[in-house]
Amino acid sequence: MVEATTRSPPSEPSMHFRHQLSSIVDSCNCIIDLQLPADDLLMKYQYISDFFIALAYFSIPVELIYFVKKSAVFPYRWVLVQFGAFIVLCGATHLINLWTFNMHTRNVALVMTTAKVLTALVSCITALMLVHIIPDLLSVKTRELFLKKKAAQLDREMGIIRTQEETGRHVRMLTHEIRSTLDRHTILKTTLVELGRTLALEECALWMPTRTGLELQLSYTLRHQNPVALTVPIQLPIINQVFGTNRVVKISPNSPVARLRPAGKYMPGEVVAVRVPLLHLSNFQINDWPELSTKRYALMVLMLPSDSARQWHVHELELVEVVADQVAVALSHAAILEESMRARDLLMEQNVALDLARREAEMAVRARNDFLAVMNHEMRTPMHAIIALSSLLQETDLTLEQRLMVETILKSSNLLATLINDVLDLSRLEDGSLPLDIDTFNLPALFREVLNLIKPIASVKKLFVTLSLSSDLPEYVIGDEKRLMQILLNVVGNAVKFSKEGSVSISAFVAKSDSLRDPRAPEVFAVPSENYFYLRVQVKDTGIGINPQDIPNLFSKFTQTQALATTNSGGTGLGLAICMRYGVSQFLGVLSVCDFHFAMFVNLMEGHIWIESEGLGKGSTAIFIIRLGIPGRANESKLPFVAKLPANHMQMTFQGLKVLVMDDNGSGLAVVYALVWLVNDLLIRVSRMVTKGLLTHLGCDVTTVGSRDECLRVVTQEHKVVFMDVSMPGIDCYEVAVVIHERFGKRHGRPLIVALTGNTDRVTKENCMRVGMDGVILKPVSVDKMRSVLSELLEHEVVLES
Amino acid sequence: MEVGQLQRSFVEYMTSLFREGFLDAQFSQLQQLQDDSNPDFVVEVVSLFFEDSERLLNDLTMALDQPNVDFKQVDAHVHQLKGSSSSVGAQRVKNCCVPFRNCCEEQNTEACLRCLQQIKQEYLLVKNKLQTLFELEQQIVAAGGAIPMVQ
Repeated sequence: MVEATTRSPPSEPSMHFRHQLSSIVDSCNCIIDLQLPADDLLMKYQYISDFFIALAYFSIPVELIYFVKKSAVFPYRWVLVQFGAFIVLCGATHLINLWTFNMHTRNVALVMTTAKVLTALVSCITALMLVHIIPDLLSVKTRELFLKKKAAQLDREMGIIRTQEETGRHVRMLTHEIRSTLDRHTILKTTLVELGRTLALEECALWMPTRTGLELQLSYTLRHQNPVALTVPIQLPIINQVFGTNRVVKISPNSPVARLRPAGKYMPGEVVAVRVPLLHLSNFQINDWPELSTKRYALMVLMLPSDSARQWHVHELELVEVVADQVAVALSHAAILEESMRARDLLMEQNVALDLARREAEMAVRARNDFLAVMNHEMRTPMHAIIALSSLLQETDLTLEQRLMVETILKSSNLLATLINDVLDLSRLEDGSLPLDIDTFNLPALFREVLNLIKPIASVKKLFVTLSLSSDLPEYVIGDEKRLMQILLNVVGNAVKFSKEGSVSISAFVAKSDSLRDPRAPEVFAVPSENYFYLRVQVKDTGIGINPQDIPNLFSKFTQTQALATTNSGGTGLGLAICMRYGVSQFLGVLSVCDFHFAMFVNLMEGHIWIESEGLGKGSTAIFIIRLGIPGRANESKLPFVAKLPANHMQMTFQGLKVLVMDDNGSGLAVVYALVWLVNDLLIRVSRMVTKGLLTHLGCDVTTVGSRDECLRVVTQEHKVVFMDVSMPGIDCYEVAVVIHERFGKRHGRPLIVALTGNTDRVTKENCMRVGMDGVILKPVSVDKMRSVLSELLEHEVVLES
Repeated sequence: MEVGQLQRSFVEYMTSLFREGFLDAQFSQLQQLQDDSNPDFVVEVVSLFFEDSERLLNDLTMALDQPNVDFKQVDAHVHQLKGSSSSVGAQRVKNCCVPFRNCCEEQNTEACLRCLQQIKQEYLLVKNKLQTLFELEQQIVAAGGAIPMVQ
């Protein structure tokens, strides 16, 4: 701004100015005369320039405002305002300058001054502000650059993510395809096809290990059909390299596994290979993940199209890795399925075979049983004939020699008869068709009876027999009395038999769980419960003993032991074996019970039997444990039964009791009225007579009747008891009971009804209960039994289980 | 022969009968029932047994001789025979009855005949034995002795 210096105060200065100017012009005129434009011209030029400057100065803010208004985003409005003010003021200054060229009033000068002052102010402020603003403006530009870079980066990353997502989709699709089948071939084929499609491969090949495991055989290819199965040895370094890692490995297109096409004038594409683990069923442990310690791998080779510049991208390699894993899993599933189907088929075959075998076995058993039954019968008949006739022969006149011979014949044939019986029973036992006769009985009494039976023989042999029963043995137990007696008799009998001198001691006690766990009987895991207990019986003798080595053989069929063969025990080794196993009573004469099968019975009673011996000449101990039930635990029927040997009975006579005995044959004996009735529905005269005798012996007044009608006709209130034999099949003895009930109504009036029966099965019991009998007695009836029955009847009016 | 010897033979004989299975405990029971009020109880019962058995055996023979055997009837007879023999304690006779009944169930005439044969044999045997026994008893009584009890 040059003007300031050429300006002077208005009136005086203009004069002064003119003077100065003229002086300058004059001075200049002296120098440059003509060329200098005139004052007016200069003035004009200044005038115009000022005008234009003002114009420009005014238009620039306008433009600024206009364009800023147009763009929504401009953070520096305040700056604009400032700038605009600055420019406007400058413009104003120049504008006002226009008026100062000529003589101007003092007002103009004032305005001019104001304008200038303002301009100065604003421009200074703006200059100061610019110090702050310009860096900012510059940094905007920097930020813009930065953001551009960032955007480019994000773009790139987006690209990658998209690619990955694509890959994921492809993998899922591939997996789905692969896993949608459980057929091994389909799986592999599908893998190759899908991979080839997804990755646009030229070739995809799968090399499987051969059975020997020494070679890899080309099993599947995508495009090239290889008629000749190519193989490569498995120990190639390239293959080892691929098998050594679970990542995809780039291999050379010239390696043997990748050279599938004949060499030609083409640039093969890149080749990668990956291992595919072939998992076995055994790799899947319960708690482990399948360990890839399996050595079996297949090799998958993928080739990019040749003559293309394509390269394997990372995401493609990842896809291949994932697919290889999936294939492994799918293959193992297929393998598992195959195996399980095979196993199932095998099982079915086995089942069929087993079924057939079972049926054949059953048939064989039945045939054997039939055979045995027939043979048994066939054998028994001549046997009996021999025995009978030999006996008869014995009665005739014989010389001593002849008598001895006949006696021997008899003894042998008796033994043979018993053996024959045993054989038949054994086969029934082995089939398990021999049921136990479970009932309640008195245990100590059983032992005492055994003792009584053994005592005579023992005393003859001068053997001392003792019995000790532990105090915690229950008095009454539930079990098969008859067979337990057989077992005891046999064990004790053997003890007696094989002891020449000394003693035999029998002890019985409740088996505790320690004693139950015998090393010889590990399978007897006996758990006593509320309803059962285990009885342990030990029979110790001082006899010839048994060689410990022979003990295991004792209970097997048909073994001989040296010791036995040499002693005069009266039996063969076979005899002892059968004796030990089945218990032939060779020496018990008082009780002629034929068949002992005590070892079998012991088993049936859920127990165990074994023998201990220190050795030959040192005696032996036979021990057995059986399970017996405890009565009174609501596990027996409600119908009372009479015990065979009541604990104590009184010598009672029943004077004047009226008894009625009924018989079916109608031959009707003398009817003697009595208070006790005896109705024998079935028995013929002999047994009626016996029973009558029995009751008469006991002091009863017995009446016998011959038929049901007669019974009903004759029965009166005077008769206290009616005995009825209910074992006759086909006759409804129960009818009488029903009628008697009806006729005599309430208890105290009517005669008590007691049934006599030979069998203790449920049906009989139930029938008796149904018709309201007051008691049931098992035949055969001994004097003692009848005595106790009658005393109970008259005391309690019911025969209770005692 | 003197009493003691007779008694010993009696005991031996009786024991052998038990041992050989001709008689069982029921016979002992019968013996127990014999007392002063009923001195001939056993003999009476046994005689009755003989009568009945012979009758039954005849009936059985006739029944099995028929062209159409009535097995129910046969079975009934056998049942009675079984009952009476068991009441008297003739064990062997009783044991023969069981297979006989099985044969009747199977309606096997051949087998039944065989069984019948067997029973007859047994019956004859036991009859013989018992008669011998009774003779011995009589001898003892005649010689003035008491009949020993055999358990």
